[in-house]
Amino acid sequence: MIAYITRRLLLIAPVLLGVSIGSFALLQLVPGDPAMILAGQEATEEVLTRIRHEHGLDQPVAIQFLVYLRNAVGGNLGISIQSRQPVATLIAQRFPFTLRLAFLAILVSAALGVVAGIVAATRRNSMLDLAALLGSLVGISLPIFWLGLLMMLVFSVRLQWFPAGGSGTATHLVLPALVLGASSSAVIARMTRASMLEVLRQDYVRTARAKGLREQIVIYRHALKNAMIPILTVFGLEFGYNLGGAVLTETVFSLPGLGRLIVEGIFARDYPVVQGAMLVVATTFVLVNLLTDIAYAFFDPRIRYE
Amino acid sequence: MSDPARAAAPRGSGFWADTLHRVVRNRAAVAGGTVVVLFIAVALFAPVLSPYDPLKGRLGERLRAPSGAHWLGTDELGRDVLSRVLHGARITVQIQLAAVGLALAVGAALGLAAGYIGRWVDQLIMRLMDILMAFPGIFLALAIIAALGTGLGNVIIAAGIFLVPQFARVVRASVLTLKDMEFVQAARALGQGDFAIVFRYLLPNSLAPIIVQTSLRMATVLLTASGLSFLGLGVQPPSPEWGAMLSNARSYMITAPHVAMIPGLAIALVVLGFNLLGDGLRDSLDPRLRE
Repeated sequence: MIAYITRRLLLIAPVLLGVSIGSFALLQLVPGDPAMILAGQEATEEVLTRIRHEHGLDQPVAIQFLVYLRNAVGGNLGISIQSRQPVATLIAQRFPFTLRLAFLAILVSAALGVVAGIVAATRRNSMLDLAALLGSLVGISLPIFWLGLLMMLVFSVRLQWFPAGGSGTATHLVLPALVLGASSSAVIARMTRASMLEVLRQDYVRTARAKGLREQIVIYRHALKNAMIPILTVFGLEFGYNLGGAVLTETVFSLPGLGRLIVEGIFARDYPVVQGAMLVVATTFVLVNLLTDIAYAFFDPRIRYE
Repeated sequence: MSDPARAAAPRGSGFWADTLHRVVRNRAAVAGGTVVVLFIAVALFAPVLSPYDPLKGRLGERLRAPSGAHWLGTDELGRDVLSRVLHGARITVQIQLAAVGLALAVGAALGLAAGYIGRWVDQLIMRLMDILMAFPGIFLALAIIAALGTGLGNVIIAAGIFLVPQFARVVRASVLTLKDMEFVQAARALGQGDFAIVFRYLLPNSLAPIIVQTSLRMATVLLTASGLSFLGLGVQPPSPEWGAMLSNARSYMITAPHVAMIPGLAIALVVLGFNLLGDGLRDSLDPRLRE
C-alpha cells in the first residue's frame, strides 16, 4: 500500500508542477505588457519601472517562475490589483463556501444517484429502469444555470419555500446544492447501474443466492459493497466537476464563493486573483483524485499491484 | 420483400451496412438523431423560418407574453424571442463544429502519436493532458478566456482546448488496442510504413469511438460555451447566442420568465439530442457489445 501511495505521489508531482506553470503562464499569455496590465493603462513610465522591479518582471521568465513557485508554496499568491488585499486571504475567505457547496452537492448526488442506480440494476429492463436511464440522460443534459433559474422560479418565487439567493443560513444552500448535484446524480446513477449489473453476474452472488439468502441481503450486503468500489473514483471526478459547476451555481444564486471570485477577477482583469484561484482549484482537484485513488486501492487490493 | 435472399441481404453485408442497421434499430440513436437533424435544419434555414429580425426590437412591445403575433413572446428590447432562438441555433452550430473540429484534430493527432510511438512521447503527451484535465470542468475554459478575452472566436478556442484531452485519450486507447492486433502486425510484416499503418489501419478502425465521442462532445461544447456566455464571458450581446440571451433575461425573470426559460429549453433539448445520439451510437458501434 505504501509503495502504491508513493508511486501515485510521484505521478502527481509533474502534474502539480504543470498546473503551476499553467497558472503562471496566464499573465504571460495576456496580450500586452504585464506591468501595464498590473498597473493600469494610464501608468507613467516611472510607475511601470517600479512595478516591473517590485514584481520581478525585469527578471528572466524562468527566474520569475521560480520566484512565483517559491511564493506559492509558501502561501503567498500575490496581491489583488483591485482590492489590494493578499490573494491568499481572498481565497481563504471564499473557498470554504465553494467546498461546502460542492460537498453538499456530492451528498445529494450520492443519495439520488446510488438509489436510482440500484433500483435500475435490480429491476433491469423494467419501466423503473427505463425511467432512471431517461432521467439520468435528462439530468446530464440540463444546463446548470437554467436548472438553477427554473428551481428558483418554482421554489423561491412561486412556492416561497427557499430563499432565491444570498447566503447565511442552511436553507440558502438547499437549492444550490440540488441544482449542482443534479448532473452528478445522473452520472453516478449510470455508473452504479453498470457496476451493480456487473457484480450481480459474479459467482459469489450466485453462491449467496444458492445458499438461500434473502434477495435484500444478497443485494445490499454482498453485491452493493463490491459494486461501490469503482464508483468511488467517480465521486472524486464529480467533486471536481462540481467545483466547476459551482462557478455557474454561485452566479445564479449570488453566492459568495470562489467561482464568483474568479469571474469577478476576469471582469476586473485582476490577474493575480484569477491565477491564484486557478492554482488552488486545480491543486484541490488533483489532491481529491489522489485521495479517491488511494481509497480505491485500499478497498480493492488488486489495484495496488497493477 | 418476397425474395428471401433479398430480405436477408443487408445482414452481414459489410461493416458499415451492418452498423447502419444497428443504428437505425437503436431507439435512442433515432430519437437523438431526429433532434440533431431538426436542429441543424433550423440553423440552416433560420433566416427563412424567422418571422422577425432577431436584432431589431420595437420598444412599444417589450416583454410581451407568447401570443399569435409573437409565438414565444418578446424580450426586454421588444425583440421576437422565436426569431432570436432560431438564429441562436446558427451561432451554436458554428461554435460546436469549430470547437469539436479543433479538439478532434489536435486531440486525435496527440492520441495517435502517444499510442503509436509510445515510450517518452506517450508519457509527455499524456502528462500534458493530465495537466489540462487538472483544471476541472469549466475552469480550463475560464482560464483561456481570462488570457484571450471574450468573443465568439475565443469561446471556440476555449471550448475546443477544453475537449482536446478527451479526444486524445479515446484515440490513444483505441490505437493501443489496435496496434498489437494481427492485421496490423501483418501489415507491418509485409513492409508497410508507419504512415500507411496509421492512415490505412489505425485511424479507420478508430472511427467508431471517435464518432461516439464527437456526438457526446457536441453536447459538452454547447453546455460549456453557453455557460461562458451566461457568465458574460462568452459570446456578447446583442448576439442571440442562447447562453447570452438567458443571461440578459435574468433581470426580468419574475415579470417575464419565458424570456429566460425558452433559450435554456433550447440548450437542454439540443444537448439531450446529442447525448441520446452519442449513447445510441455507442451501443450500436461498440464492438465489445456485439454478440
